[in-house]
Amino acid sequence: MDEYASESDSDYTSYWRDWFISSRGNEYFCEIDEDYLTDRFNLTGLNTEVQYYQYALDLVTDVFDLDCDDDMRETIESSARHLYGLVHARYIVTTRGLTKMLDKYKKAEFGKCPRVNCHSHPLLPMGLSDIPNLKPVKLYCARCEDLYNPKSSRHASIDGAYFGTSFHNIIFQVYPALIPSKSIERYIPRVYGFKVHAAAALVRWQDLKRDDMRRRLRKLEIESGFREEQMDDEEEEEEDDVEFEGVDGANTNTNMRLIEGPM
Amino acid sequence: MSTSSGTPESWISSFCALPGHEYFAEVSEEFIEDDFNLTGLQTQVAMYKEALEMILDVEPEDDEDEDEDEEDEDENESGEDADRTGMRHGAERRHHSRMASDLSVIESSAEMLYGLIHQRFICSRVGIQQMSEKYEFGHFGCCPRTHCEQARTLPVGLSDIPGEDTVKLFCPSCLDVYVPPNSRFQTVDGAFFGRTFGALFLLTFPEYDLTKRGADVLSSTNSKVPEDESILNGMFAKNIAPGLGGGHIYEPKIYGFKVSERARSGPRMQWLRDRPEVITELDEARLYHEQNPDSDEEEDESMANGRALVRRRPPGNARLRQRPNHSGSPMALSANGAESEL
Repeated sequence: MDEYASESDSDYTSYWRDWFISSRGNEYFCEIDEDYLTDRFNLTGLNTEVQYYQYALDLVTDVFDLDCDDDMRETIESSARHLYGLVHARYIVTTRGLTKMLDKYKKAEFGKCPRVNCHSHPLLPMGLSDIPNLKPVKLYCARCEDLYNPKSSRHASIDGAYFGTSFHNIIFQVYPALIPSKSIERYIPRVYGFKVHAAAALVRWQDLKRDDMRRRLRKLEIESGFREEQMDDEEEEEEDDVEFEGVDGANTNTNMRLIEGPM
Repeated sequence: MSTSSGTPESWISSFCALPGHEYFAEVSEEFIEDDFNLTGLQTQVAMYKEALEMILDVEPEDDEDEDEDEEDEDENESGEDADRTGMRHGAERRHHSRMASDLSVIESSAEMLYGLIHQRFICSRVGIQQMSEKYEFGHFGCCPRTHCEQARTLPVGLSDIPGEDTVKLFCPSCLDVYVPPNSRFQTVDGAFFGRTFGALFLLTFPEYDLTKRGADVLSSTNSKVPEDESILNGMFAKNIAPGLGGGHIYEPKIYGFKVSERARSGPRMQWLRDRPEVITELDEARLYHEQNPDSDEEEDESMANGRALVRRRPPGNARLRQRPNHSGSPMALSANGAESEL
């Protein structure tokens, strides 16, 4: 955090937003249009949320010209970052904001899904709360519809409210073509090729849930988004799988000998 | 930590100390020296004999008075340098004058061979014990999934055949696999850990309380499941994917309103992170017998005794739970191979 302040001290006359989005750790943010920032309507209610609101806004819009000491400048600087974040949450759900975030998404600038079966699907930043200072930013994968922690601690400390709880869902409503096809591919824990009973029973239960959902959707004639050919693969796989019955099941002797050494 | 009887500068310790090799256990020399454990590896690794000698820090048999050269060789990481030193000191004395290319081939063969032995070792009694210590220290990192709340992961491979895929992390809390966060692990072959280790670990150490997180885990007194916990499908019921189910599934919302399943962008993958509210719903044998009360009597009996009832004996191997201190040959423990349960 100090890093920003010292840098901006020297050249705060340059565009503050340019500097902000290009500084380390702020890769998730897009640049908010000047027009959007200067329209007071877009900032409704933020004056109570941000300390030294007017100075912070001046700083963000590059019209800051107050003579003050370093401590004061530091405070205003951090207020400006907070203000930028809060406006950012509003901006990214506007048409222009969505386009900017979409570009970043397509370049996978928010990272890629760590889940192996998602095959590096790009992620989107999101917040678990719209109220600031509650939850840090998380990353949403549209393929497995789950949330992940950012890899880097720089990103893990960003406030989730700067992205909000709605943006990543709105983007797929606005651009339905971007919805990735869903996959039933999954990891099944095995021991020497045999499924483990506890995990396999859970998988069967989950598969029933999924089939129920697909049946519901088919009845309503809604596209479920799964690639159909996978249904067949799944059935085939079921047939040749033998299950390893947990701890109380019989051991496979050939493999046991491999581990235990000759008798 | 180390059960290797070698010196700290042994090939094995230096291999395990390389960046990116943090997940590897140090395979004990006893394990490698038992030829049975290496069955079939000769055909998978080029220059097998030389590679094995390198791993065990054994000098080639026909080199007699070359201790100096060998020491130099050990200290040098790169094969090329080592070879040059060797050439300088006594090229004419050598029966096997190794070419620079030879050494680098042996080095990479040794890595491959070590990895393949490692795949077998971590499924052995001593090896899995060593991996459990690494797991306790959190050497394998934690699950990136937000709702798993930093559950500790295990390194696994998606294939047992080398060269197919890199090492992945298996999260016992959500039963899914993830790409390790650091790119240095993307050069580590998944086959060096193998497909079996992750699941076998959970069967071998069922008493790790998978619902414990972060600081709780460090105070190791309460990170074990008490023995009176209920058991289901061969595991402690509370340990079956504790990171899944109600409260651990992401529900998409727009301005506080849930996105309907009927929307095209609505949720489709929640099943993947679901788990029954009442976990006994997974007791398939009991459910089957409730629905088919008059099915085959004889089978009925044995099934009911085996699975449907809550067993008194906790899952897992009782002997392993006592954590024996042996680090010797895996042979030593099984006087009667037939009773081995691992």
